[in-house]
Amino acid sequence: MDQNIIYEKYDVAVVGAGHAGCEAALACARLGLETIIFTVSMDSIAMMPCNPNIGGTSKGHLVREIDALGGEMGINIDKTFIQSKMLNRSKGPAVHSLRAQADKQDYSREMRKVLENTDHLTLKQAEVTEIITDENRITGIKILSGGIFPCRAVILCTGVYLKARCICGEMSTYTGPNGLPAANYLTDSLVAHGIEMYRFKTGTPARIDKRSIDFSKMEEQFGDEQIVPFSFTNKPEDIAREQVSCWLTYTNEETHAIIRDNISRSPLFSGSIKGTGPRYCPSIEDKVVKFADKDRHQVFIEPEGNYTNEMYIAGMSSSLPEDVQVRMYRSVPGLEHANIVRNAYAIEYDCINPMQLKPTLEFKSIDGLFSGGQFNGSSGYEEAAAQGLVAGINAAMKLLGREQIVIDRSLGYIGVLIDDLVTKETHEPYRMMTSRAEYRLILRQDNADLRLTKLGYQVGLIDRIRYDKLIKKEQMIADEEERLLHTMVGATEKIQEFLRLLGSSGLSSGCSLGDLLKRPEITYKMLEPIDPERKPLPEDVVTEVEINIKYDGYIRRQLRQIEQFKKMEEKKIPEELDYNEVPSLRIEARQKLAKIRPVNMGQASRISGVSPADLSVLMVYMEHYKFKGCNTKLNKEKGEEVDKENGGESDKETK
Amino acid sequence: MDNDTIAAIATGLSNAGISIIRISGTEAIQIADRLFYAKKENFHLKEAKSHTLHYGILKENQIPLDEVLVSVMRSPNTYTREDVVEINCHGGIIVTKKVLDAVIRCGARLAEPGEFTKRAFLNGRIDLSQAEAVIDIIQAKNNMELENSVRQLNGNINKEIMQLREQILLDMAFIEAALDDPEHISLDGFTEKLEENLSNWKYRLRKLLSTAENGRRIKEGLRTVILGKPNTGKSSLLNMILGENRAIVTDIAGTTRDTLEEYITFNGIPLNIVDTAGIRWTKDVVERIGVDKARQAAVEADLILLVVDSSVALDDGDKEILREVKGKRIIVILNKSDLPVKVTETDMNSVLAQIWSDNGKASSLSMIEVISISAKEATGLEKLEQKITEMFFDGELVFHEDICVTNARHRYALERAEKSLEQVMESIRMGMSEDFYSIDLMDAYRELGTIIGEEVDEDLVNTIFKEFCMGK
Repeated sequence: MDQNIIYEKYDVAVVGAGHAGCEAALACARLGLETIIFTVSMDSIAMMPCNPNIGGTSKGHLVREIDALGGEMGINIDKTFIQSKMLNRSKGPAVHSLRAQADKQDYSREMRKVLENTDHLTLKQAEVTEIITDENRITGIKILSGGIFPCRAVILCTGVYLKARCICGEMSTYTGPNGLPAANYLTDSLVAHGIEMYRFKTGTPARIDKRSIDFSKMEEQFGDEQIVPFSFTNKPEDIAREQVSCWLTYTNEETHAIIRDNISRSPLFSGSIKGTGPRYCPSIEDKVVKFADKDRHQVFIEPEGNYTNEMYIAGMSSSLPEDVQVRMYRSVPGLEHANIVRNAYAIEYDCINPMQLKPTLEFKSIDGLFSGGQFNGSSGYEEAAAQGLVAGINAAMKLLGREQIVIDRSLGYIGVLIDDLVTKETHEPYRMMTSRAEYRLILRQDNADLRLTKLGYQVGLIDRIRYDKLIKKEQMIADEEERLLHTMVGATEKIQEFLRLLGSSGLSSGCSLGDLLKRPEITYKMLEPIDPERKPLPEDVVTEVEINIKYDGYIRRQLRQIEQFKKMEEKKIPEELDYNEVPSLRIEARQKLAKIRPVNMGQASRISGVSPADLSVLMVYMEHYKFKGCNTKLNKEKGEEVDKENGGESDKETK
Repeated sequence: MDNDTIAAIATGLSNAGISIIRISGTEAIQIADRLFYAKKENFHLKEAKSHTLHYGILKENQIPLDEVLVSVMRSPNTYTREDVVEINCHGGIIVTKKVLDAVIRCGARLAEPGEFTKRAFLNGRIDLSQAEAVIDIIQAKNNMELENSVRQLNGNINKEIMQLREQILLDMAFIEAALDDPEHISLDGFTEKLEENLSNWKYRLRKLLSTAENGRRIKEGLRTVILGKPNTGKSSLLNMILGENRAIVTDIAGTTRDTLEEYITFNGIPLNIVDTAGIRWTKDVVERIGVDKARQAAVEADLILLVVDSSVALDDGDKEILREVKGKRIIVILNKSDLPVKVTETDMNSVLAQIWSDNGKASSLSMIEVISISAKEATGLEKLEQKITEMFFDGELVFHEDICVTNARHRYALERAEKSLEQVMESIRMGMSEDFYSIDLMDAYRELGTIIGEEVDEDLVNTIFKEFCMGK
């Protein structure tokens, strides 16, 4: 008896309304496609179930890039942050990273507001249980009630919800984060469609009641006085507000002893957790065991919001049993009387082997099926949002019959993230790191707009006004650089005295203001007294001018590397190439290439186990193949002619 | 990578009169001009017409390298369809390599195996039928190179490079860990420590470079190994050769049951002759060491003189050795021609055909020659001399070309690694922040990796997690 309702047809169905799902759905709807987004709970849209912050090293870069492309995350955190900090300020500009503490509930609420007020976007609370395909092409999805939503594309952003299991010591529950229902059916449907699944694990620390914490035993951590907004559409003054503090304390020998004595009760060590956990956010028991020589670990106490007393205990995620947790947390100075509001727990979930995806985030094997976020084996809100945005854009481009986008490694951290996911084997949740970006001097957080906003405009997520502003900014930067490099100062007494006061060495002959700016100890601002022609410029323009001139040598080197890199990226590999036909490829390379099916030589070169010689072989073969392709055609045509001629020739011979 | 200018020695690295260094790419002519001083005053190659030959002297930093003929061929009518310059020099191997070094220092990159051919193909110069041959060349050269690399590096150099890399990686990982997690890991005081390490690493690279200055093999000559069962007359053969040749330069003696090396020049061809213990199964521990060494010497040989006693029938022992040296360049010496002959040259050839062509490939047989001599009566030496000379000048017998190239490759990689370390020092001096250091440290790490055939992959990220306690 089939009483299942079949709903009206949508263009795109987004499964999951976390950070990936929100970006994906917004991108599609804003590009005019009828979009529906599913969530297991309308109250968990853009929920932050783990740390209460957005950004951080390299993650901050991702958020800036999302914003530059026309995504929502940057705007949303600017609305809802309660503390903001630029990390690594004492280091080079490439590693300056923005991080903001969020009011979690505010963040979720604001994002929900945006979703609810976006045209072409429908929100639906339901668990998606199946994808429906016809000849490996997406035709719809089915929800738990049996209802069917026909659609042309699906974007899977299921986060940690597939067959989720939360573990706290010997106890485990089959739920998603915060007791939300797990999604227990979709995995089976995906497996039935031939998709290879992984099982990953992650964890979160306890939340403690603020009133039970003695902050006098901790160091206060303030936000920055000068705030840099995440979104390029905001000015610092637009988002100024009172900030709250975080607090720093440390574990000690007693904490470690409690953990060591109970280590056998940790499901991580007893083997009850089978999923692969991330190395970069190890549980406290991991840290104590692996780094036994460290006598203390840092613990940051971070507020979860303005209207809650819950504090997040960063640095002490754990899956130890409840009784051990209580003793462990209470051994930390300032937490002696801590009341735990929520226990720390580990969570296991199903995700995919992302090598099944194209760099566009569409499945290679199923037409119209896209995915993003933790479902793709990544970790982190920012990584999720970045993929969600790209998956959303590309699903839209596909349905609109336009060219899909691939951000390459020289254009953004988003590119590095996706390229790594779809090219390199991951066995743990993937987190962004600045060391993963080989051109990081070019991929700075300050110039994300200069790198990506044109692309956002081309896609249709950036409006004309913002685009024009960008073009104007580019022009101002170029003009000012030009001016500084051509404004000469002589080795006059006045200049020498000026330099001496700045602690800089004197001039032997005249030089340009640009030359002076190249000196590490001299800033743009300092040069003002000897630069009478200077006109006031926006702060962000000055930043770019200063960086471009100061780090010119390094930047040029990276640009040269990028040139080389691009050459390899431009060499496309035909999708239908049969690697078994390529002679002389080593077996390992052949297997890896056949599995990943790289889109270009650049991607092929990044597959582990593919050597430079294999690449040479492949390149020569592809040339050969190109020739062969047109030659067979040629021969066919020629062949017919030749046959005729042959007829004639044999005539001649008989004469 | 694909449009830069490449250079390599185009002729086999033999002592033949002239060797050619080929340069191909957009900067080929410019690079050659930096070294070339024409006989005609004030003439520069950039003014030269295509397909012309010019006489002059190569100088680097005012120091003359060689008297040369340089041909200039402009794109597209060249082998690679790029601008090509060929330098013909006549100073023998060492000078040829010096010229190549100078060319590389002036901006060319050492060509990868098969790269000229690859470019010729990619630029449409070679037709379709040759494509697969090109593929085979690249892969075969690559295999040989790998084999050579391993062969050259089994030992202290390999270990030293691995250690250097490990130390560089560790410091790099520390910087990266701190950048990634600035609130947990501080870089205070790190720069001073790194400076110390840098000068230590640089010193060690220098040391490696000084040992690599000249290809060991070139100084030693063609590695010629005398091989055979016991009592076939190997030592008499060596004595015969030595007796006729007074040009002994060095003699490095091992123990009597070890291998014995002699350096001679034979008709002007430098040979490094290694006499080995007779190969046979033995329970004697000391003798077995000798046998193993003989086998090892055979693997490394450029030429094998395989001695067979022609007065007794071939047995399994002889055949075993023949099987082991399959694929090598060999002269089979039928010794004891003074005694009644049981094994003729014809017999030998048919046995060889049987053993060497079992895969249906008879081609390897062309690498083997058979001659008869009597070491006791000292007859047949001219035949041997003539054979070796013929093989050498026919280009059949060459210094292991790839070994020299590999050597050069290693040296360039070491030099580049050194440069990268200097760049880090420069960054420190300039007061740059730590994140700039790791750019060049990574380059040094990568360069050293190319020597031992290791890629970078996830090394850095793995080390960060392994060595440093990160994260929330």
